[in-house]
Amino acid sequence: MTTESHHTLSHQPWLDPEEKPFIRIQGVTKQFGAFVAVDSVDLDIYKGELFALLGGSGCGKTTLLRMIAGFESPTSGRIVIDGEDMQDVPPYERPVNMMFQSYALFPHMTVEQNVAYGLKRDGVAREEIRTRVDAMLEMVELAAFRKRKPHQLSGGQKQRVALARSLVKNPKVLLLDEPLGALDKRLREQTQYELMNIQDQLGVTFIVVTHDQEEAMTLSTRIAVMDHGWFQQIGTPTEIYEFPESRFVADFIGSANMFEGRVAGHDGDVASIDVEGLPEPLKAEHTASLREGMQVWLAVRPEKMRIATEPFDDSSLNSIRGSVEDIGYYGDSSTYRIRVNPGMRLEITHPNLRRPRDGRHVADWDETVYIGWVPEAGVVLTR
Amino acid sequence: MVERLQASWKLLVVLVPYIWLLIFFLAPFFMVLKISLAELRIASPPFTPMFGTDEAGATIIRLLFDNFRYLWEDSLYLNTYLNSLKISTSSTILCLLIGYPIAYAIVRSTPTVRNILLLLIILPFWTSFLLRVYAWMGLLADQGTINDLLIWLGIVDSPVRMLYTEFAVYVGIVYTYLPFMILPLYANMEKLDISLLEAASDLGARPVTTFLTVVLPLTVPGIVAGSLLVFIPATGEYVIPDLLGGGNVLMIGRVLYNEFNANTDWPVASAVAIVLLLLLVLPMMLYQHFQSKAAG
Repeated sequence: MTTESHHTLSHQPWLDPEEKPFIRIQGVTKQFGAFVAVDSVDLDIYKGELFALLGGSGCGKTTLLRMIAGFESPTSGRIVIDGEDMQDVPPYERPVNMMFQSYALFPHMTVEQNVAYGLKRDGVAREEIRTRVDAMLEMVELAAFRKRKPHQLSGGQKQRVALARSLVKNPKVLLLDEPLGALDKRLREQTQYELMNIQDQLGVTFIVVTHDQEEAMTLSTRIAVMDHGWFQQIGTPTEIYEFPESRFVADFIGSANMFEGRVAGHDGDVASIDVEGLPEPLKAEHTASLREGMQVWLAVRPEKMRIATEPFDDSSLNSIRGSVEDIGYYGDSSTYRIRVNPGMRLEITHPNLRRPRDGRHVADWDETVYIGWVPEAGVVLTR
Repeated sequence: MVERLQASWKLLVVLVPYIWLLIFFLAPFFMVLKISLAELRIASPPFTPMFGTDEAGATIIRLLFDNFRYLWEDSLYLNTYLNSLKISTSSTILCLLIGYPIAYAIVRSTPTVRNILLLLIILPFWTSFLLRVYAWMGLLADQGTINDLLIWLGIVDSPVRMLYTEFAVYVGIVYTYLPFMILPLYANMEKLDISLLEAASDLGARPVTTFLTVVLPLTVPGIVAGSLLVFIPATGEYVIPDLLGGGNVLMIGRVLYNEFNANTDWPVASAVAIVLLLLLVLPMMLYQHFQSKAAG
């Protein structure tokens, strides 16, 4: 577990045993006929978190979100929000608001009327509705568009109206279904920071559903990686990225070079792993309890590997020889695809620290190269 | 060359509907208008010509508005128009009240069930309209199926008079025109995004409020289309009031038929038709006008 120095315990309430979870999801299952969309999951979310449910399509993340909103009821298990069991509470009485993936703006109402809709339903006084809608439109910078209808707005503007509409009621929890999905890259990054700012200002608990791992990494305090209706791993972005617990997580978040092999031996907390097709066993630091002969996978992130045209002097490094098959140039960095043997290809990301010399950065196509990484760089996985 | 061919081809395609309207709508309309401005005479055709010559040989055009004044002065026609409008308005409202929930239920059902339900709505069209009205006569008559059943069940002692009453006319019109209400409503509701209903619910709207503030406003186009499709033919309906209403229910379609056939008074019959057309077209044009104003 990593605790970065600037993070106090109040930033990480899930580490504090005194802290009470704000949302408790206990043994929740949802079946549609024979299909199990969500498979007895347990999850505690704390006040003020920006929690991401991350997974591919059909993993059950949206179903879970819809159960929290009240549009679906769990087949079994219970959902508790702020100490209240939500079992028989209809959506219109829950202290949550949702921002829909399609935004679901009312097409026959103006921006202003859309934002005011929820307040009117609560019977808020006219004057107060006005001030609150004004403040909200000011915050999302749409005050000038208040009389427009949704079809007269751009995608980014619609998204901000949807956000304003779901925030104006001061919900205890804001649910966001792929909030940035329909935006282009530049707008997405901008909105991401806006969302984080808003969350910080208002202290609302956010639950974001997304399939975009980058979005989840930058936005959230914690991520739950979902697959086939259950959680593969729950943790901070750093934990998920640097300490994946399974091959699925290692593969789904970022990319990873995966070596399949068997434990050959131990030396303290460094294990050596025999991998078929490699002349020498790979060394890897680990915390898992490993037995000799056990099948394991070693995952190494592309940016944690070094690439050179000469063999490495340092014998503590893992070192593999291969040839450059492909180079992807991204400007700030380049990705090299290295062919080690007919059945093994590795991906290495290398920052372009200087401008190219003789038309190349580190290595050229078909050149023989050496790949190296320290034993602390890889993660040993048992599932 | 090719471009010019394409241009003239485009023009032809645009013109076809206009030519169609000209031949089959505008020309007959002007013929009827012309007859309505003529005078009855015992001859063939049974009305005076519009163009003639006087003793000096000059062309004269005779436009007589007597027929329209006659319609206005004889209270029978005014009452019949009002009664027709009353019956068609009430029938339209009844069709809306019955058809709206049906259309909504069809939209919300699963695709398989939806297709079966839609087929059931269209199914009556596969039998002759006249035959279906006769079937209602059999059902509603004093010795008909419904009365037999009521007497057998002991609910009534003597037959309830239903056939040849206004009630029977309502039954006939609502039964006949209900699909014309349901289908446009269905087409409109099918486009309604379910997430809008969820959004309303999420924002604190109870089901009734969601219906009134979201569903109803968004289905107005369907309501208008369905209502027009019921209201217009129902106002001029002839067969249903004639067969199910007998002589007891006055509707303008029957008056028109009588003027034309029994009295062979073509000019008055035509005047009746022209007034009916104005009664139906004017509100529609007003609606269109306000609609485009609201949209603009």
